[in-house]
Amino acid sequence: MAKRDKSTTEIAEEEQPKPAETSGRFTRRSFLTQLGTASLAVTTVPLLHSAPVQEPEPTTQAIPGAEVPGAVPMVLNINGKEHHVALEPRVTLLDALRENLQLAGTKKGCDHGQCGACTVHINGRRVNSCLTFAIMHAGDKITTIEGLGQNGDLHPVQAAFLEHDGFQCGYCTSGQIMSAAALLREPCGQDDAAVRECMSGNICRCGAYDNIVAAVQSARRSP
Amino acid sequence: MEAFQFSQVNTVNSALEAVRSQTETKFVAGGTTLIDLMKLNVETPKRIVDINSLPLSQIESTADGGLKIGAMVRNSDLAHDPTVQQRYPVLSEALLSGASPQLRNMATTGGNLLQRTRCYYFRDTAYPCNKREPGSGCPAIDGFHRIHAILGTSDHCIATHPSDMAVAMMALEAVVHIQGANGERGVPLNDFYLLPGSTPNRENVLVSGDLITYVILPPVANGARSHYLKLRDRASYEFALASAAVVVSLSGNRIQRARIALGGVGTKPWRSIEAEHALEGRETNEHTFQAAAEAALKGAKPRHDNAFKVELAKRCLTRALSNVTQSA
Repeated sequence: MAKRDKSTTEIAEEEQPKPAETSGRFTRRSFLTQLGTASLAVTTVPLLHSAPVQEPEPTTQAIPGAEVPGAVPMVLNINGKEHHVALEPRVTLLDALRENLQLAGTKKGCDHGQCGACTVHINGRRVNSCLTFAIMHAGDKITTIEGLGQNGDLHPVQAAFLEHDGFQCGYCTSGQIMSAAALLREPCGQDDAAVRECMSGNICRCGAYDNIVAAVQSARRSP
Repeated sequence: MEAFQFSQVNTVNSALEAVRSQTETKFVAGGTTLIDLMKLNVETPKRIVDINSLPLSQIESTADGGLKIGAMVRNSDLAHDPTVQQRYPVLSEALLSGASPQLRNMATTGGNLLQRTRCYYFRDTAYPCNKREPGSGCPAIDGFHRIHAILGTSDHCIATHPSDMAVAMMALEAVVHIQGANGERGVPLNDFYLLPGSTPNRENVLVSGDLITYVILPPVANGARSHYLKLRDRASYEFALASAAVVVSLSGNRIQRARIALGGVGTKPWRSIEAEHALEGRETNEHTFQAAAEAALKGAKPRHDNAFKVELAKRCLTRALSNVTQSA
């Protein structure tokens, strides 16, 4: 992270899971999460009082999610790290990343493969993580925006998006960047029109397309 | 989304075994149609069998100069295959005009053939739909039907088949190979799809327990040219309002052989024998192309919102024929 300037650091921090010891400091995400937990606690208090207390079944190993009925244990290789989780088969890769693994850099836009906000790489190829089940990807190498940069350096596409201001609100940005990073390895024509076609699976509601194309072209030219 | 049982298989036999005498079971390959529709509760399978590990990802030349395409070949790999680009440009162009790069990395050859319609009413369980629930009615016929079909429709369904790939394969006279409870069979693509008639819930000849294993493209004649032209509401990442797949062999400026299919206008990928007859033996000129376009759309049944598709499809076919015969 050493090479990031102040504004980059702020963006990066918002997207990364907070270690427990820093939970005293609110971020947008931690605040919303705690708010949600508080609401849940309030609404379930009467139920808890009227129901007999049940001790959870002792488990040999504590796999997150194992208590969910129908959850299946699996190992997901994400950004070079193995995650042992238990998930229902119907959990999409997108929801697994965001809700179970706290890798919230991957965004949920339309949730139907129409916007590209959820783009991740599976075995080096870009896909819509909203249209595939996590359970289908045990054994695959999954890369998300959190794992794109190496050794603390920004990926050239990330640097190019900063340099060319390739975003406004930023919601589509991680998907745009994951798409563009995969595009570098794909057959794609040289001109801007070709880049627009190759990036057509990523919608930007702010309309930052001109700067996105400039960023992608800049990243393609960089060594 | 409804819960389901999940299993994975890595051989064709184990795939067939997993669905034998099982109802409400679906194979999942790319998932781009199935999972989308499961989120909408349009598809509610009780069991899902993941076939992504099946050894059906090869693209191989056949002894007679054709091409054998495994059912699990991804749309992006098929579109960029050098043999496809060289011998079957219509197929590469059709694939690259469909969906987005991400979706093409996921979607498979077999799955693309089985894409479901984009009819708004089919995708919304708040409405009746004869395709979802036979006999419940078709709100599209008297509703908003700008994207709907003008060819092959019935009083029960006017939903358009959404695939681009299948339109190209229709013009290439592809044969679908299927493994089922009673062994293997090959079905010409034109016979694979069914017209809606009074049973729009039956879209193709597959029966429970069938698995598409590969698609065969016959060899194309020496010197044959092919092209796919797609017209839509925006320049990319959108379904066709009208499209044309054309495969022609020329002798001088005379058309020896023509294979024509239309997309975006039919209840199935629409092969037009009538247009082919209007082209074969004729000179390549605007008059010939327009006669073919008239022949192709002669049976069209336009409705209030989609009447524009008749003229659009004619111009699409005329332009595609003009493009393909000019490029030398």
